[in-house]
Amino acid sequence: MIIGILALQGGFHLHQLSLESLQIKSELIRYPKQLDHCDALIIPGGESTTLMKQIMKNNFFDSLIEFANKKSIMGTCAGMIISSCRSSDKLNRSLSVIDIEVDRNSWGRQVHSFEAEVNLNFDNDNPFNATFIRAPKVSRMGHGVESFAEYGDSAVLLSDGRHLMASFHPEIGDDNRIHKLFMGMIK
Amino acid sequence: MKKGTLQVKIGLAEMLKGGVIMDVTNPEQAKIAENAGAVAVMALERIPADIRKDGGIARMSNPGMIKEIQKCVSIPVMAKCRIGHFAEAQILESLEVDFIDESEVLTPADEYNHIWKHEFKVPFVCGARNLGEALRRIGEGAAMIRTKGEPGSGNIVEAVRHMRTLVNDMKKLTTLDDHQLMAEAKNLGAPFDLIKQIAGDGKLPVPNFSAGGIATPADASLMMQLGAESVFVGSGIFKSEDPETRAKSIVDATTYFDDPDKLAIASEKLGTAMKGLEMSEIPADQRMQERGW
Repeated sequence: MIIGILALQGGFHLHQLSLESLQIKSELIRYPKQLDHCDALIIPGGESTTLMKQIMKNNFFDSLIEFANKKSIMGTCAGMIISSCRSSDKLNRSLSVIDIEVDRNSWGRQVHSFEAEVNLNFDNDNPFNATFIRAPKVSRMGHGVESFAEYGDSAVLLSDGRHLMASFHPEIGDDNRIHKLFMGMIK
Repeated sequence: MKKGTLQVKIGLAEMLKGGVIMDVTNPEQAKIAENAGAVAVMALERIPADIRKDGGIARMSNPGMIKEIQKCVSIPVMAKCRIGHFAEAQILESLEVDFIDESEVLTPADEYNHIWKHEFKVPFVCGARNLGEALRRIGEGAAMIRTKGEPGSGNIVEAVRHMRTLVNDMKKLTTLDDHQLMAEAKNLGAPFDLIKQIAGDGKLPVPNFSAGGIATPADASLMMQLGAESVFVGSGIFKSEDPETRAKSIVDATTYFDDPDKLAIASEKLGTAMKGLEMSEIPADQRMQERGW
């Protein structure tokens, strides 16, 4: 099994390390044709504006949508914004691979970024130390989308059964439970 | 909930990897940078090439101008304070800039002390010419290091020198045994705990970017291939003939830094690059890289 990590910009290297800690093979993706031999894809955090521009410019848009119809995508932070149906950012198109809407930078600028313990619904005994960096908030969850963790009144980890989205950065720190959850979703 | 931890600060630096941070002096330039795909903008009143030309004291930018730029873009906005000028840094933190560059481009405020960056919630980036300097800044709380290069020169030679020195210093540490590490810490003038950490990891504990002389897509690629994880472009964009096209091309060159075919396309039809300065044209006492220690 090979997990692709979209490497156009952002925190792709940390996802590589998380997968390595689970002994899972990964490949950095910079060309659409590389998607053909991937079993699933991670769209990392980064700057969603930059990432989306590179997706459009390098012919990833249709390939990613096609990929998402058959295979699983994990989107973290900017990766979640890009995968959502609509974001508060009107400049940007998004992939609409999961039926959620998000507000960008919803907790504020970097001085309001934070780490916090969140409870994982699938592993209640140990909270996850989640890092939120200029993080988005989910403003609407469509039919069939389930929350796996909440912070305050927001769902911060959610899935429609195929794709997994996090508004925080599960790749920061050495707790790989969320990557493990994603591995379990890959068919 | 914990704000301003090192993990949160370094987290933002991690998210800026593989991108280009562009110097801008007004909202119009900030928009051009954002549209070109910049991961962040550095808001400053004069770009380094003009600071060099104009002379005088270069200080923190006017808060009004920083606020205007914050209003018009959604990407992170950085700003510079003078070396050691923690009051300027406090003001920038109150403006909620996303990153502070304690920068040799501005006139230093303290010749002995850099800012104690741990006590701020906002992350800091600092310049370095070698591993010792990088580790002193990290010891003070910097969440990102960048090569100093020679700001406003449009000449990549100093950035290359600094990146090669930094990488070589780290490689050397990984070959030393425990008996030799304290002597090397003394040699480099760096905190011992960080020396020990790098001897094990072979890399900095914070992202390592490049700045100071990048003017072309090929320059960006060179720095990335030498080990930079992102690039800052100061004068190189808005001192060139066609800033918009050049900005986009440097963004592409940073993503596809190891693909010569893509780099060839990015290097075409750019108009003239900034003129630049040969190092011998810059008198030793006017080299910005010598500021700070």
